[in-house]
Amino acid sequence: MAPSFAGITDFLNGTVLAAGVFRSKNSPAESAVPLTERREHSMFNQSFDRRDFLRAAAAAGLWFSGTPLVGRAAEQRGAERGKSLVTFWMSGGASQLETWDPHPGTEIGGPTKAINCSIPGAQIAEGFPLLAEQMHRLSIIRSLVSKEGDHERGAYHLKTGYRPDPTVIHPAIGAIAAKELPSPGVDIPHFVAVGSEPFPARGGYFGDQFDPYRIYEAGQFGANLEPHVEAARHERRLEGLKVVSDSFSKGRSKRLEQTLHQHTIDAALRMMKTDQLKAFSLKDEPAAVKAAYGDTPFGKGCLLARRLLETGVRSIEVAQGGFDTHADNFTGHTLRAGILDPALSTFIRELAERDLLDSTVILVISEFGRSPKINPLQGRDHWPTGFSCLLGGGGIKSGLVIGATDPKGEKTDPTDPIGVADLYATVLHSLGVDYEKEIITPIGRPLKLSDGKKVERLLT
Amino acid sequence: MRNARFSLLLAPLAVALGLVVLVVGAARSPRYPIPPMPQESELADALGTGGKIDQFFAERWNSLNIHSALPADELTILRRLSLSLHGTVPSLEEIRRFEADGEPQRLERWAIQLMNDRRFADYFAARLARGFIGADGGQFIIFRRDRYTEWLADGLHENRPFDDLVREMIDSKGLWTGVPSTNYVTQAFADGVLDQNKLAGRTVRAFLGQRIDCAQCHNHPFADWKQGEFQGLAACFGQVKVSGIGVEDDAEKKYEVEDRMTLKTNVVEPAVPFGKEWWPEEGTVRHKLAAWVTHPDNRRFERAIANRVWGMVFGKPWMMPVDDLPNPPASPDAPRDLLDLLGADFREHHYDLKRLVFVITACRPFRLSSQHPAYETGENSDVVDANWAAFPLVRLRPEQMIGAMLQSSSIKTIDQNSHLLTRTIKFFRQQDFVRDYGDLGEAELEDRSGTIPQALLRMNGEFARDVAKTNPANASGRIAGMAPTDAAAIETVYLCCLGRRPAPAEFAFFIKAGEENGKVQRALMVEDVYWALLNGPEFCWNH
Repeated sequence: MAPSFAGITDFLNGTVLAAGVFRSKNSPAESAVPLTERREHSMFNQSFDRRDFLRAAAAAGLWFSGTPLVGRAAEQRGAERGKSLVTFWMSGGASQLETWDPHPGTEIGGPTKAINCSIPGAQIAEGFPLLAEQMHRLSIIRSLVSKEGDHERGAYHLKTGYRPDPTVIHPAIGAIAAKELPSPGVDIPHFVAVGSEPFPARGGYFGDQFDPYRIYEAGQFGANLEPHVEAARHERRLEGLKVVSDSFSKGRSKRLEQTLHQHTIDAALRMMKTDQLKAFSLKDEPAAVKAAYGDTPFGKGCLLARRLLETGVRSIEVAQGGFDTHADNFTGHTLRAGILDPALSTFIRELAERDLLDSTVILVISEFGRSPKINPLQGRDHWPTGFSCLLGGGGIKSGLVIGATDPKGEKTDPTDPIGVADLYATVLHSLGVDYEKEIITPIGRPLKLSDGKKVERLLT
Repeated sequence: MRNARFSLLLAPLAVALGLVVLVVGAARSPRYPIPPMPQESELADALGTGGKIDQFFAERWNSLNIHSALPADELTILRRLSLSLHGTVPSLEEIRRFEADGEPQRLERWAIQLMNDRRFADYFAARLARGFIGADGGQFIIFRRDRYTEWLADGLHENRPFDDLVREMIDSKGLWTGVPSTNYVTQAFADGVLDQNKLAGRTVRAFLGQRIDCAQCHNHPFADWKQGEFQGLAACFGQVKVSGIGVEDDAEKKYEVEDRMTLKTNVVEPAVPFGKEWWPEEGTVRHKLAAWVTHPDNRRFERAIANRVWGMVFGKPWMMPVDDLPNPPASPDAPRDLLDLLGADFREHHYDLKRLVFVITACRPFRLSSQHPAYETGENSDVVDANWAAFPLVRLRPEQMIGAMLQSSSIKTIDQNSHLLTRTIKFFRQQDFVRDYGDLGEAELEDRSGTIPQALLRMNGEFARDVAKTNPANASGRIAGMAPTDAAAIETVYLCCLGRRPAPAEFAFFIKAGEENGKVQRALMVEDVYWALLNGPEFCWNH
């Protein structure tokens, strides 16, 4: 009994030590200022100088217009342009067998047929004839492996690259990109999520300011962007706000500055006024372009994503739901393919035409795949081992097909498995983010942005 | 003829309507005596502990050579009390009564009265529940957050000893609806399977204030033997089963864990990592665990809740994160830190949660101003902040924000005595607003700055417009219509929103800004003052 007792006490001490180099060890001298030390990472507990403040403000997406602009992102093309990330999120768990990894003519393949695509020797499901022509611009991974078979946990894992941990909330990959790659001159939010889905991406330990700005319906202007009163009165109200803020500022002006309250308001006001807001509107797009994307919420979302990209938005997520096909899997996927095919293919074609493909990492992914076994309801259940994704653009090698799943569905594990963390290490690397950088999280534990290893084969 | 039939039809309706009006009227006319003085010895005793805590801080500030802020004025403290105990700002009605109360120990009496108000139990229970059962949706049917929160609120309202509540959570049997405390156990169900690891991690974090969850992780460098100990704790929930009659214990059930390396199944016996002498001989495993967690010698128990309640009162816990405290100082001679002082008082007074809250609100840091020379210059402000030499600035949580906006739009107090319609509107608006404003989930006690969508929602959102817009039913309309002078109107809006009176410069600005063609447009002026105040930092931050 004794060793284990000592063991766990050590363990608790150990956790404490491992968890925080910032934590005092209760010696009186050290414990005098435990909070300062422990919370050194916190934005609000530092003595701020102006540089720190600007850095914090920039990191918080609150860049102000006074800063020198590095040329408008919208006008930049090719290598001079900073990289962005667009994730197409297939909410509910898209079946690999009905999308990028069909096994026609086998028992597990069901009625789904396959067609050739522009990657020599590779086939995708027959519901994607338009995308098939664009596939040479992407690569297919058919061997993603995860251990999370629940929607919420799976979505967390596939959005952050980390498995859920009750002690810390990791930032989504889109939030990492938005934080690590500031976008000066962009007055609209740097991380935008389009469409509604049950487990939205989060800013996690970076803070709420890195949560995505949500557009529930593409084409609908963002909410709350118009003042209730006419311009002159609005200006007068803002003057009133300044009077009230000045009054509160007495005796705490520096501390008040650190709250970023006024800077958040300024950023919101800039957003209300900026020309860039028109990126959210689809009105000016030619009818033919709209038709090519498809008159569906997802199609509009993809068109919106292209417009946001052109404006310089760093991360965009467009969600399409309805993939949780425990029953009637094949009809469900046929319907969704009809939505995805025109939207995704037009998006990729337009990016290539507008010279945006090299600066945009594209990811088409789900929280997990679906079981090879077809259940009695003609459905497929959750399947976190051996599922598929598409990725490309932005320095990712195209035309590759990585991994393979067992055509008989007997072997659970695919060949050449790729872990989720490794996938995201690769994505972050190609975006130009040092994914091994350690961040001191609010719990005092240093965490890498991704604990995976980049997959060299996927990089150009 | 037609008229007679009409009135025949109308008569019962009129009677019913009259009854409704009478009942609603009766329910809405509570008497508000000034808060009574608590029993003298009890008050002196609680204030005695408060004195020890003040002493602790005085020594600390002294040793660091920092000065504390000046005392805050009492209306500001009332606002703090109201925000932390009810999740809203004081109503104009309450402010007027508070100002009219000239008896001694005003703040102490008001703090106690606020805690005896059901709003305290409801608000505090909802916030404690975040730490105890998390913020996830949980499994459909067998997890009922609403029932659990109501049960916890009842417990707080009746002032049941906290250790008693915790024992019931860990060790209760029955249906999640009839015995709501069982939802503590059913929170850990997913896909019909109980996750004992989750419950073990939760129990240690929520009640002992330490995070041992990582011991279930394989990648941890020392995971091998630690994992065994974690499993011992998880095994304490190994006999739980759920059937048609709810949560039960099956004494025959073994807790089996598959070793992922050898794929062999091992039986793990319940075990605790420390304090084995607190493990009772008798009872089910859960009963033993409950006794062990709440054992009077288990200092982690009292320290954890002291830190959590400190966090709920100030908006920021004494130690961050709220549920990952260092081990209590082992030596009995070690100097007692704040958590020990609060924890010991809590234990010695039958784990009385209201008393703990009271002691915290009575101590000096809670009564200090949030203005400080260091906050003005930025020099040393981290030291002042870390040592509570001034009241911290903390952003209002979404629930506090909506509560404060709703209350500021009403002259009368919005509480359980309010009209059903008012309460219904409050309920739905709260839900929507919390969603749009961004729910903080379990991480509610962490430092956060505001977001752009939040600023937009406050400036241009529909709800913000309704609060400011004058109409006969809301405070804005009543103030515009009934204030004797423009200055009185401005002052009243300030009291409703900020709980203070405007400074001369503020008066001057708003009167001038409200003028059009040489005449003040009262309604527009009141709307604009509301708008400016609701968007200002003073409203959006606790200070």
